[in-house]
Amino acid sequence: MRTDALIGALTADAAVARPARLSNQFWAAVAIATVCAAVAFALTIGPRPDAMSALGSVRYVFKFVVTIALAIGAAAFLRRLTRPAAASGKTGVALWIAPVLLAAGVAVELIVAPRAEWAPRLIGHNALFCMAMIPLLSALPLAALLWTLRRAAPGSPAGMGAAAGVLAGAIAATFYAAHCQDDSPLFVAAWYPVGIAVVTAAGAALGARLLRW
Amino acid sequence: MRHQERDWASWMKAAHAGDAAAYRRLLEALTPFLRAVVRRRGAGPGLDAADVEDVVQETLLAIHLKRGTWDPRQPVGPWVAAIARNKLIDAMRRRGRRIDVPIDDFLETLPAPEPDGELSSREAERLLEVLKGRQHQVVKAITVDGEDIRGAAERLHMSEGAVRVALHRGLAALSAAYRSFRE
Repeated sequence: MRTDALIGALTADAAVARPARLSNQFWAAVAIATVCAAVAFALTIGPRPDAMSALGSVRYVFKFVVTIALAIGAAAFLRRLTRPAAASGKTGVALWIAPVLLAAGVAVELIVAPRAEWAPRLIGHNALFCMAMIPLLSALPLAALLWTLRRAAPGSPAGMGAAAGVLAGAIAATFYAAHCQDDSPLFVAAWYPVGIAVVTAAGAALGARLLRW
Repeated sequence: MRHQERDWASWMKAAHAGDAAAYRRLLEALTPFLRAVVRRRGAGPGLDAADVEDVVQETLLAIHLKRGTWDPRQPVGPWVAAIARNKLIDAMRRRGRRIDVPIDDFLETLPAPEPDGELSSREAERLLEVLKGRQHQVVKAITVDGEDIRGAAERLHMSEGAVRVALHRGLAALSAAYRSFRE
């Protein structure tokens, strides 16, 4: 095959099919992922009965602060990975905002709550359910993200898949938090990361297969 | 280098707006840079001109298929270098060879002149055999026999639209064949 003939073929192809810009599609994919999680949530477990009145509780609201901070950080990080020339170093910081917030919440809880309350709050009502629901709610969002990211050109397909997993997990955790009875930062710090880690691992494994190019 | 970026950016913008001639100019301008990087970084025993051309072609195909990842607010040079770098590393790894391509290397390497005479590759033609039916005929007619869309359409008794569709799908299939191909 001659290189100039190949260039001729690529030129002929470019004249017909104009590629959709990934930068335009990325936020649409994030929106679709969020809608998928919302629908899955509403059709299955749904919000807890006092979901609205609980908004007066600092601990309840703090769960959303943490999960939404993680989702925004992960989205910014992932967005960066979709631009091949961009180094991911600086936005890596955004991923750490949620863990730092959560650590601060845990510290405050340990100061405020009596020692006898620590263990019950940490163990909560149903940790297993939490660890199972976050991955289940994130399945569709992860699929939506990976579908769009197939157009990307990642340096590390597994790495991009993992970042998509963190984002899908954070979106799922945000909805799950509206169902979960356990509001203590101790519970959130102990169990939410396990669920999100499962999604991250799944994203890495799928990404290594689906995002190769 | 800044002069280069200005040209590349204006061609890329024009190409995105549908200007095929600008796109051809861009790919033709990038080719000698790719060739120079492969030659310099991938040099070693056994990498002859046809091998270099194989890697260059695989990279050009990747740049083409991933051109949607270019963001107009980004400079073209580093974007091309990043795509090329990933692809060059893949292509060389398949040959059991390591290549180290710093982004700056690509931008600072002087373009390599075309080798005399033959500029053909071997791998791509072998991979074309993976394609089936119309896709195989059309991609071969255009990339190997050097026909244009109209010529291929007449000879293969297809409409030009059908040739374009077969070409589009065939190029994506060719890229997938590179991926699944292990030497």
